[in-house]
Amino acid sequence: MRSIIKNANQAKHGLMFIAPAVLILVVFSIIPILIAFFISFTDLNLKGLADWSNIQFIGFENYVDLFSDELFHKSIFNTVFYVLIGVPLVIIFSLGIALLLNYGTSKLFTFFRAVYYMPSITNIIAVAVVWGYLYNTEYGLFNYLLSLLSVEKIPWLTDPTIAKLSLIILAVWKGIGINMIIFLAALQGIPKSYYEAARIDGANRIQVLFNVTIPLLRYATFFVTVTTLIGWMQFFEEPFVMTDGGPLDGTISIALFIYKNGFQFSQFGYAAAGSFILFLIIIITTLVQFKLRKSDTEY
Amino acid sequence: MESRSFLQKIEKPVVALFLIAGGVLVSIPFLWMISSSFKQESDVLNIPPQLIPSHPTFDNYINLFLSLNFGVYLKNTLIIVFFSFIGLLLNAMAGYGFAKFKFKGKEKLFYIVLATMMIPAQVTMIPVYLLLNEMGLTNTMAGIILPGLAVAFSIFLFRQFMTTIPTDLIEAARLDGAGEFYIFFKLIIPIAKPIFAVQGILTFIGAWNSFLWPLIIANDESLYTLSVGLSLLQGQYANNYALQMAGAAFMVVPIVIIFAFFQKYIVEGFTMSGLK
Repeated sequence: MRSIIKNANQAKHGLMFIAPAVLILVVFSIIPILIAFFISFTDLNLKGLADWSNIQFIGFENYVDLFSDELFHKSIFNTVFYVLIGVPLVIIFSLGIALLLNYGTSKLFTFFRAVYYMPSITNIIAVAVVWGYLYNTEYGLFNYLLSLLSVEKIPWLTDPTIAKLSLIILAVWKGIGINMIIFLAALQGIPKSYYEAARIDGANRIQVLFNVTIPLLRYATFFVTVTTLIGWMQFFEEPFVMTDGGPLDGTISIALFIYKNGFQFSQFGYAAAGSFILFLIIIITTLVQFKLRKSDTEY
Repeated sequence: MESRSFLQKIEKPVVALFLIAGGVLVSIPFLWMISSSFKQESDVLNIPPQLIPSHPTFDNYINLFLSLNFGVYLKNTLIIVFFSFIGLLLNAMAGYGFAKFKFKGKEKLFYIVLATMMIPAQVTMIPVYLLLNEMGLTNTMAGIILPGLAVAFSIFLFRQFMTTIPTDLIEAARLDGAGEFYIFFKLIIPIAKPIFAVQGILTFIGAWNSFLWPLIIANDESLYTLSVGLSLLQGQYANNYALQMAGAAFMVVPIVIIFAFFQKYIVEGFTMSGLK
């Protein structure tokens, strides 16, 4: 009898503790998914928002339209461009810097750990404002420094392809910090005895790096790859604040395409359909990575 | 043998040199921002650019508050920061509930919480806006704050930490007649201080930087946050780079200072959360 009361109490108090946060998550994360799914099959726009009777169920029309929307194609191409160049750069730089930082524990190393981490916690608008100035073709610092090396002025943000690369540089600069910390935590978790064993076997620095350190970092690398990839597939803030998708839609990403259709053109149904395609791409890419990793550990 | 020890001797200085060079490269935007924010409007477009302002001035910072509404933006941002800390408390409570109580459906609920982490912001953005619109909360502070209160990742980290607290300790407090909330506030929170430190800093940074949601929800300038205000400034004063840099510095420097004091906790926090 007593234990029944105790269990009931446990349940009551447990639910009491989790209720506020879980309720908020349900209302603002779970229910919205269902709503998004539903409205992606409707023509919901401003008219529909004012009066629900204007909303019409249009089946797969939004999805069919997306497949023939050239701007959507362009946004997919640009996103693939960002991911293919940006993600490897982030991983290489954050791992490289973590390896360098792992050399010492003196004040100098702690200081530079903070310096490399700093961009990742800096406000994106402040970043955009500062980099917009640095990238300015006439008065920017970058073109001035390059002119000292007699390089022609680079149209950092006014040429479609160069603008994409400029945004990648900025995003890599901002994306290193957090991943570097994850690699660093993993590096510090490697037992010293592994290195000693390798040294006794006569392995040199390079061999230790490629045969001991990097294989032992595979969990951290997997985690960083999965999260970075998910993040870059949703590439949004950089083009949103720096170029607004331009020039000539050269920097528009899928996420920006969704935002623009939703909040600038008020095509909520169409934007929701776009967001589900993005969601699907992210889920498939992530599942593929987990699949690849499984087959990797079996051998 | 000798060459090897020579290599070992120079290894660390070479690494340090690399780190310093890279660090300077990474810091250029920050240094340029600070230096330009003290320049006069006419000096900021000089070619060649001045590294150190020839006529240093504090006017840009004063203008943020006098000619622009940065005082209002600051107030709104601080309100958001305050409520995000209440959200942090809710997340901690949920983490504790998931870690230390037994009830039916707990595992399932926890998986649902974890699953929300995978939903891209773009998918929920539109329906959440529509929901808030139905509730009449667009263009209100409540509409800006509410959706961000619960953070799945934060609940997850709190749960991970709190499962390590011995259950006997809680049982003992119960036998002494302590109420559940008394136990949470007087026993659990002091033990969970390290995770609160990490989460507290990350929450502060997130709330201080909040941009997209306030931009979507707020129509009136009286509800703008610092980020939204800064993007407005960038549009209105497109060529006044000195003013823009002052606005940016005003947003960035407080974060840098807070981070400099607490960076130890952030790094420890990642080691603690077992992300390795």
